[in-house]
Amino acid sequence: MTGIVFGPVAVSAGEPILPRWWQTVDRWSLACLLILAQIGLVMALASSPATAERNGLDPFHYFHRQAFYTGAAIALLVIVSMMRIELLRRLCILGFVVGLVALLLLPVFGTGFGQPAKRWFSLGFGSVQPSEFIKPCFVMVSAWFFVAVGKLGGQSGERISLLLAIGIAAILALQPDFGQASLFLAAWGVMYFVAGAPVLVLMVLAGATGIAGVVAYNTSEHFMRRIDLFLSGEPDPSSQLGFAVEALRNGGYFGVGVGEGQIKWSLPDAHTDFIIAVAAEEYGLVLVLFVILLFLVITVRSLLRLARERSPFIRIAGTGLMSMFALQALINMGVAARLLPAKGMTLPFISYGGSSALATAILMGVLLAFTRTRPQGDMEDAFALPDRRGLRAN
Amino acid sequence: MSLASGSLSAESFAESGAEREGHASDPRKSDGVSGLWQSQERRRRRSRLRLFILLAVLFSSFVVLGIRMISLVDGQSARDRTSLNAAGLPRAEIHDRNGNRLAINLKVASMAARPREMIDPEETARSLKRIFPDLDDNWLHRNLTGQRKFVWLRRQMSPEQHQAVRNLGEPGLEFGERYIRLYPAGSLAAHVLGGVRFGEEGLTGADLVGVAGVEGYFDTMLGDPERNGKPLVLSIDSAIQSTTRLILERGMQVVGATIASAILMDVRSGEVIAMVSLPDFDPNDRRSLAETKPEDPARSPLFNHAVQGIYELGSTQKLLTAAMALEHGPYSPETMINVTSPLYTQGFRITDYRYYGPEMSLRDVIVKSSNIGVARIALALGPQIQRGFLSRAGFFEPVPIELAEASGARPIVPGEWRESTTVTVSYGHGLSVSPLHLAAAYAAMVNGGVRVRPTLLKGGDLGSGPDGKKRSQSAERLVSARTSATLRDFLRGVVEDGTATIARGNPYQIGGKTGTADKVNPSGGYFKDRVVASFASVFPASNPTHVLVVIVDDPEIDIQGEAKRTAGWTAVPIAAEVVLRTAPLIGLRPVLAPEGGVPDGILRAVAPE
Repeated sequence: MTGIVFGPVAVSAGEPILPRWWQTVDRWSLACLLILAQIGLVMALASSPATAERNGLDPFHYFHRQAFYTGAAIALLVIVSMMRIELLRRLCILGFVVGLVALLLLPVFGTGFGQPAKRWFSLGFGSVQPSEFIKPCFVMVSAWFFVAVGKLGGQSGERISLLLAIGIAAILALQPDFGQASLFLAAWGVMYFVAGAPVLVLMVLAGATGIAGVVAYNTSEHFMRRIDLFLSGEPDPSSQLGFAVEALRNGGYFGVGVGEGQIKWSLPDAHTDFIIAVAAEEYGLVLVLFVILLFLVITVRSLLRLARERSPFIRIAGTGLMSMFALQALINMGVAARLLPAKGMTLPFISYGGSSALATAILMGVLLAFTRTRPQGDMEDAFALPDRRGLRAN
Repeated sequence: MSLASGSLSAESFAESGAEREGHASDPRKSDGVSGLWQSQERRRRRSRLRLFILLAVLFSSFVVLGIRMISLVDGQSARDRTSLNAAGLPRAEIHDRNGNRLAINLKVASMAARPREMIDPEETARSLKRIFPDLDDNWLHRNLTGQRKFVWLRRQMSPEQHQAVRNLGEPGLEFGERYIRLYPAGSLAAHVLGGVRFGEEGLTGADLVGVAGVEGYFDTMLGDPERNGKPLVLSIDSAIQSTTRLILERGMQVVGATIASAILMDVRSGEVIAMVSLPDFDPNDRRSLAETKPEDPARSPLFNHAVQGIYELGSTQKLLTAAMALEHGPYSPETMINVTSPLYTQGFRITDYRYYGPEMSLRDVIVKSSNIGVARIALALGPQIQRGFLSRAGFFEPVPIELAEASGARPIVPGEWRESTTVTVSYGHGLSVSPLHLAAAYAAMVNGGVRVRPTLLKGGDLGSGPDGKKRSQSAERLVSARTSATLRDFLRGVVEDGTATIARGNPYQIGGKTGTADKVNPSGGYFKDRVVASFASVFPASNPTHVLVVIVDDPEIDIQGEAKRTAGWTAVPIAAEVVLRTAPLIGLRPVLAPEGGVPDGILRAVAPE
């Protein structure tokens, strides 16, 4: 709609891509993301030798892989953030179809790497987790449906997008991967909220989620055990949760020292789900708070930029991407801090994992592309933007 | 648009311009493009508001997460660092009144296995068996080769054992450290100290939890980091405790008893200087005893007979009957009491050990220990006075001493107080109390008449209870100073020409009352030939500073071919020996000259042979 009412807002032809990108991208968020990626690399160095040794690999096996993935992720992040919105949307819709098929084929061709939940495709050189890659695609497709409602004579797109969300969540819940399933539902809920959902409907949805949780608790042993563990008060010191809290306490404010941590030797998921515990033990509360601050800055800046956004599609999709990212960070760290029951969820950009790193890079790349400064049709834009550009040129 | 109407109120709240609101209130009536624009604008504004709500929610979530992380590190660490962390402060020590250490802490190594990380579990199991021969072969093999992640092997090891295990070089063995509790004096004050066990434990340390004695009573206080290692100072004197224990142990063997106890207490402050219960145990190795539960807990060495032992103490109780007579009745020491035998009450026939004639003075009733005499006095006074007096003396409640077991040692009080109850209680049957009850009551009888509360803390002031509340010595008066002086005279009379004459020559002027009570037969009634002999003594009798209660359970001694069981032959000699040996340690001077003449005092110390 913006285009129709206010004329084309695309970057004028012939303008150099990189300077234009650099001027319009949210540089603060970009910086935070890069710092997070670096912290992730350091943490891989700290935590993965223990896992590698357990699995009988070269101590730096996982670190080398993570270094490669981090490099690839940063490149991907920058490239994606340079793309045009229309291109991104088309690619994501395409990706969504591919991802959905991949997700459906998981029970047949997938592997669980020794665990009962089949979440990966093994591809010789590495493995791919479709549920990670489908995240940005799902958000884009959902937002697309939401926006269709706003148009005159448009279909009721949120119903279709809700069906998609429930479908994906159901597939994930069957794996079982309740963490990811709830993440998709939550992201959809946030998008619906921002898209203008009636309060009554939102309340009904919240109730339905609660009932679904109770049903899941009563039918899935996996789910029940984790909730019970959480509700049991003081954690069993030999459980993962107990170790995570113990790590925090051991670390104190400034940590026990680089490489001195003990928790990574006992926690099987030290390099993925409980990376923050390793960070807390070796580098102390200071690093944990810094990581929280980085996530907070990215969240706040992105949302503030999205609030100025005039295009409903960008606003809704951006919010969805944002909440996927922020919720995942909140849930991961909330579990380590025993605020939430245990869920298998990675900490974006910090946890080890190729799929996680690349998929998060795409997710945040799209978000960065969305939060680039662009004319919003406000009066000030007419003056501010060329003016600023002029000042830079001098 | 139906979707939008639901949140109209939230939106109009955000909208400020009244002019714009008028337009926006009903976009359907607007026409064409302008209506579309307005609906889009509304949508955008609502969207913005909701984005800010979302922002606030996410922002506060991150803040809550941060605060939670801080509180986990900050709040919980105080408790952990001190008890669970080996680097922190250990449990407070326990000292005797002279600063000798009765309970200390030692840092030792602990060991656990992570079988999954073991290189050669079989060989490790064999090596461990060589180092720790007491480990079970099968247990080791099963646990080290199985799928277990974590197995405790040794909760405490000596440094030598630690080194030997380290030399194995097995990465699947993990070491931690913890404080253990040591009692350097061994069984010296076993029942007073009690013992500890490990509470919550991990590789970084283990909590020590007091389970009995003062360790149990002051558990929270001793483990409190706020205490900052300040030792708990007891009223016990190690030297006196040790002497008392040795003499009681020897004496117990001589009189052929299996159970004995002794309490030495300051009559004014209520400080317990020595408390012995035999058989006793080594608190360093309490666990092995606690695990073997005998059928009768009173048979266990862990049982503190001085506090938990509830006895019918027999004639020692007669002093209290005399006290209530002097205090609440028209009696003087010279009042003549009818002691014609026998006495019938509710069909029971009461007799004396010997026939004393038709009547005797109140003093003689106590000195000669006449059952009939005290029974007649009690009947004359009536149950009201008797019960009230005993209640004020604390005989109906557990003694509130600072031991974990004390509150459970409840006297056995007759449920229905009949005439026969009044009679039997007057000479110590039908009402069962602990030796500590008796010691406390005697202290009050001779110290001028003021009730004392026994304490195990140095200084007489009772310090604070386990809840940290201040406790204070009550100044409640049980008998007048005059009555108290009379009772002291009675007690000395018992030793001079009554039932405890064996202690007559003791230079520390012992006064006391014997008690020989028939033991209760578990299958009903009383044993004919088994007794509990007790001697409640005070010294020096003219101005007592200390009370000593000695109880021997089931004694029998052969004196010139005759089996003697009465307290005069069993409990009294032991008590006299304890006084003789401990009075110098207390710092008392001998009061009596050997022949009963005027004491030569300091000359005795320098007199040539």
